[in-house]
Amino acid sequence: MPEPRDLDFPSLFERSRPGRRAARPPRHGEPELEQLLGDGQLRERPPRLPEVSELDLVRHFTQLAHRQFSIDGNVYPLGSCTMKYNPKVHEEAARLFQELHPYQAPETAQGTLQLLFELQRDLGALTGMDAVSLQPAAGAHGELTGILMIRAYHEARGEGDQRRAVIVPDGAHGTNPATASMAGYHVIEVRSDERGEVDLAALRDALGPEVAAVMLTNPNTVGVFETRILEIARLAHDAGAQLYYDGANLNAIVGRVRPGDMGFDVVHLNLHKTFTTPHGGGGPGTGPIGVKSHLADFLPVPLVVATEDGYRMSEDVPRSIGRMRSYYGNVGNLVRAYAYIRSLGLEGLRRVSGHAVLNANYLRVRMQQAGFTVPYERLNMHEFVARPPEGVHTLDVAKALLDYGMHPMTVYFPLTVKEAMMVEPTETESLETLDAYAEALGEILARAKADPEYLEGAPYRTPVRRLDEVTAARQPVLAYPFASDPES
Amino acid sequence: MNIPDHLRYTASHEWVTEPADGVVTVGISDYAQDQLGDVVYVELPETGREIGAGDQVAVVESVKTASDIYAPVSGTVESVNDALDGAPEQINHSPYQDGWLFRVRLSDASELTQLLDATAYRQAASEEG
Amino acid sequence: MPYIPHSQDDVRRALEAIGVDSIDALFDELPSSLLNPGIDLPPAMDETSLLAHLRALAAKDSSAGPDFLGGGMRRHFIPAVTPHLALQSEFVTAYTPYQPEVAQGVLQATFEFQTMMTELTGLDVANASLYDGATAVAEAALLAVRQTRRDAVLVSRGVHPETRAVLATYLRPLGVAVETLDLEGGCTPLPASPAEAACVIAQQPNFLGVLEDMRGLAEAAHAAGALLVAAVDPLSLAVLRPPGAYGADVAVGDGQTLGNPSSFGGPSFGFMVVRAAHLRQLPGRLVGQTTDAEGRRAYVLTLQAREQHIRRSKAKSNICSNHQLTALMATVTMAALGPQGLREMAAGSVRQAHRLAERLRAAGARLPLEAPFFNEFVMATRTPPARLRSELARRGVHAGVPVGTEYAFGDAVLLSTTELVTDADLDALLAALRDVGELAGAGAAHA
Repeated sequence: MPEPRDLDFPSLFERSRPGRRAARPPRHGEPELEQLLGDGQLRERPPRLPEVSELDLVRHFTQLAHRQFSIDGNVYPLGSCTMKYNPKVHEEAARLFQELHPYQAPETAQGTLQLLFELQRDLGALTGMDAVSLQPAAGAHGELTGILMIRAYHEARGEGDQRRAVIVPDGAHGTNPATASMAGYHVIEVRSDERGEVDLAALRDALGPEVAAVMLTNPNTVGVFETRILEIARLAHDAGAQLYYDGANLNAIVGRVRPGDMGFDVVHLNLHKTFTTPHGGGGPGTGPIGVKSHLADFLPVPLVVATEDGYRMSEDVPRSIGRMRSYYGNVGNLVRAYAYIRSLGLEGLRRVSGHAVLNANYLRVRMQQAGFTVPYERLNMHEFVARPPEGVHTLDVAKALLDYGMHPMTVYFPLTVKEAMMVEPTETESLETLDAYAEALGEILARAKADPEYLEGAPYRTPVRRLDEVTAARQPVLAYPFASDPES
Repeated sequence: MNIPDHLRYTASHEWVTEPADGVVTVGISDYAQDQLGDVVYVELPETGREIGAGDQVAVVESVKTASDIYAPVSGTVESVNDALDGAPEQINHSPYQDGWLFRVRLSDASELTQLLDATAYRQAASEEG
Repeated sequence: MPYIPHSQDDVRRALEAIGVDSIDALFDELPSSLLNPGIDLPPAMDETSLLAHLRALAAKDSSAGPDFLGGGMRRHFIPAVTPHLALQSEFVTAYTPYQPEVAQGVLQATFEFQTMMTELTGLDVANASLYDGATAVAEAALLAVRQTRRDAVLVSRGVHPETRAVLATYLRPLGVAVETLDLEGGCTPLPASPAEAACVIAQQPNFLGVLEDMRGLAEAAHAAGALLVAAVDPLSLAVLRPPGAYGADVAVGDGQTLGNPSSFGGPSFGFMVVRAAHLRQLPGRLVGQTTDAEGRRAYVLTLQAREQHIRRSKAKSNICSNHQLTALMATVTMAALGPQGLREMAAGSVRQAHRLAERLRAAGARLPLEAPFFNEFVMATRTPPARLRSELARRGVHAGVPVGTEYAFGDAVLLSTTELVTDADLDALLAALRDVGELAGAGAAHA
């Protein structure tokens, strides 16, 4: 085993010692595995998993937690991520439903099935859509589901071979074009205008008989509302295309505007954004979709239905695209989202979007006062794009913020704005927190002027300094480098 | 910005040598490598592959980006620079020599006249920046 | 109003700074026809009412009692230390580790997860997790298609029916053909000529609980230039020969059996581990080791040019997230149990399953398959499976995952055990089966 150097935080494999262990499962004697399982089926040597005492295990993961930034720790205004507070009562809620097996007799799961049924209904109401599937495991998964349904729709109408392209705006999140490719489409990008909205002339030019769908986020990825959405919907539909709503930015309008009313045919929601299911360090997310009635026949199976004999999972969807995943969905997170909707009600959700937009505009003003420029001269919605002054790099500002114990905003997205900083404070931050954030940024800009080299070396006070990402990619080390090969 | 006069260029920043026995060498310009930053990986075409001018034939990756490389001319891939596998940084340090990407046996030498000369490319590159 | 901090004064101060009169005025640019539609939602509940409501719902569920449910998820032992450590709020409320200097917790835990998965499977590189086992199989098929440039895959009927359904959904739009290999005696016969297949996909143990000849399948696949994709239960790898040892190119599966509650089917996580040769085709996030500006060992997301946020329409997959938190539950569980504890769990579940099979046979039940099985097996039934499951549930026993008609057993169910199944539980199941008329008594022949 290679020896860690003094500066290194120990690896779990370095805390390991042969013969140690933490948890003990129930024992049932030592079965004759070779006899029971047959020749040649057994492992020859055990896997090199850690052997640690429970206390060492606890110290390792507790110390790792202390090396991790979180919403519970400090402000985290990542644009388009909606890093709002995750209510703790939701954890209690999820625990009430976590023991169920997906294949237990449905009569023994009526409570959970009812919850899922009501959630399907409530998400449909909020989005103005006619039918909902809770299956997709993430936003990107919801996108794929929705685009596959659109594909099936065109095929059913005999236009499947004709319609081979999907339109996305140039500021679109990378999942949109990637999803289109996975569904067998090629991508047409349309540019934005000087107000940050989709260029209508460009869209008109791009639409045609070969276009299957237009994918949009509204508000879009620069944080402004596509004010001509009704016309965009008309143009798309007149050209025979379907309109897809990427729900990443729903927090700006939840309770106030329904994507269904805007003319969208398919919608996906990010429950881990708008509905505050925890981000978990990268997942699991949850991406339910809603569709208008003309697409309902194509929904993935299964759906929760109400029958005379109670709630059931049904596979009875006439022209379903099939299954998108195993079992029924990320139920643990669906429970949390349900609890959130029940806690807030319509009034509460309207206040969420109102305050999200309020806080974003407030922080924009404070950041402009601190010296940042905002490319679009208009009120933004729940997030905004900003830029540091000429000569200061976004990356350096972000790294310097880390020394203040705050998390940087999203950097270098969308790709359409140079040195982009995308900021989304969410409705759960207080004004003092936002003031402190803007103040820190102001100090950083002042420091940048006085001592540019200082910024390039930031951060200085974090558990590790700036990393060598080039070597990490050139010479990838993707598993612990045990000193020797395993003995066969 | 080093843009040698003896080479030809494309608007997408590839350079091409004069043919030697019907074979040209292709790489990316000093301007391109500077824009990309530290190169971490290169995906090269298979030798023997038939390519057309404008086809996407390679990818040059940095930490934060992936750049598609387009064939400046049509023909067959004669050889590729395997040395880049262990040393992709050669594209940054020596974009016109050790950082060459692949060689093409030309199917139509007249295509070379469609390419930009050094002056035209210098112009195009400065406009982009 | 829960979770929203602003008082009236705060709102006033913010509006003044922005220069608008009201919050509603912030929405003035939006088409008025779209604003404030009537939306029918139940009224808001405070925390006390909410919990009462949820508990009332939960009271309509029942999951307690002897448990023999399998079919891809199993309620194994989860050490108390697992949720205690994995669900610390720093892990729960963190985002994807894009600023590595302040995310070494998540990054290192993920690196340790990747390492443990390579050790369990005997392959070289693991990603940071996918959504579930079924989508992991689909992504593996897409990897094989990209790697071999062939447009057909062979999948055994021994692979979970839901997985095969997801595979079809993912491959259809790309024009990739899927051919299903039928089972013989519950096992996958070696395919005659997988000539144009990108991969052969088999599950170990398979959906019927049977152990396959994975080495034979790997050899047959390789002889035809195809990859072998092994869909495996990760806990079983504590005792079974790992995919790397029998020549698999890709190992995938669902991680639920490693420390995650079943939670009515999700979330759990999918995993993918590949031979080094396929690294560039691997979808999903990857954490790598590196050093910082002062030479400290540190961890960072790497090889991101494969992913959608950089490669966009040419990404290996559209996947953006991973199932970080549920993968972390597995990481802590694997470390808590260690190789010895995991072995005991796997062996215990095998032991109880074989005990159960013995007792059932002695009681006159018909188990149609002779092939060696792991911790799950098929029992033919007199009662249609769904009704049998309900009847057993009424007697307080959770058992009887229906085996679909595609397997041609007539009426049949899967019975599965974990190390948590006690001998008293076995008694309870047999008593319930007898009560329902499934067991005619010792030595009685089946109709």
